[in-house]
Amino acid sequence: MDIVQQIGKDQMRTDHPEFRVGDTIKVYYKIKEGTKERIQVFQGIVIQRRGMQISQTFTVRKSSSGVGVERIFPLHSPNIDKIEVVRFGRVRRAKLFYLRKATGKAARVKERKRY
Amino acid sequence: MIGLIGKKLGMTQIFNESGECIPVTVIQAGPCRVIARKSKEVHGYDAVQLGFEEVDTKKLNKPDNGYFAKKNSPAYRYLREFRLKLYKDINEGEMFDVSMFVEHEIIKVTGTSKGKGFQGVMKRYGFSGFKASHGVHESYRGPGSIGMCATPSRVFRGKKLPGHTGNATVSVKNLQVVKVDTEHNLVMLKGAVPGHRNSIVRLRKEL
Repeated sequence: MDIVQQIGKDQMRTDHPEFRVGDTIKVYYKIKEGTKERIQVFQGIVIQRRGMQISQTFTVRKSSSGVGVERIFPLHSPNIDKIEVVRFGRVRRAKLFYLRKATGKAARVKERKRY
Repeated sequence: MIGLIGKKLGMTQIFNESGECIPVTVIQAGPCRVIARKSKEVHGYDAVQLGFEEVDTKKLNKPDNGYFAKKNSPAYRYLREFRLKLYKDINEGEMFDVSMFVEHEIIKVTGTSKGKGFQGVMKRYGFSGFKASHGVHESYRGPGSIGMCATPSRVFRGKKLPGHTGNATVSVKNLQVVKVDTEHNLVMLKGAVPGHRNSIVRLRKEL
């Protein structure tokens, strides 16, 4: 196999649960403050997944006291402690950028039924 | 020895100890054998010639094979020279590999940039071009005026004009070694390196 791809593959994480665009997830992110390390939880809707192999990232959007906040995480970052799926969403788009302009009822995402 | 010949394999990214994502170029460097030493008295300049990537003698022609036979060396696909004054303690037949580089070291890389063909001044020299509107016609990407009038009634030498771009020897200084893999002869450098994949580059320590 290609050495360059193998270097990426060696660092890839396999411990994340499967999640898609539209799902509501909790990201437990390690934050270093000087020598101390603590974990911050970021909960929101996944509005984008992009990239491939080691360079995959995902964007999580939440509304924090009325202000929309988006954060991009590298999927294979060692700083992600864990990811939890809170709610599965059913969407008909690959990227949910329309949520940025939507407010109120339009900003909801339907629940995905899992059998 | 202060340098190695390498092959650019491509780019990827790695996460460092603090979890930061670092873009790296992966280079397969060495092992290189010292084929010849050149001295100012005999050759006119001081240098060390290195060979990289051993090859079957059937792949080379008779003059090349004769050269390696004379040097009592296996045949190599690539030969490159490193200008070096202090080569006295380097002997012919010595082998060098990536273990000469250490992490966080700053090195210089020389390669041949990707050929871009005949390009205009915007791509070649970063000229601004013209506006797409406001009455501009037929010269959105042109160079503008290239000189004065009856005096001097010629274009100055060295004027930046369109022409062949890329496919030239380019050096990049201050590249940081992020990781050294002695098992697979790999060096990972932070950032980009000139040339396409599988192109030959020269890595040189900054002294």
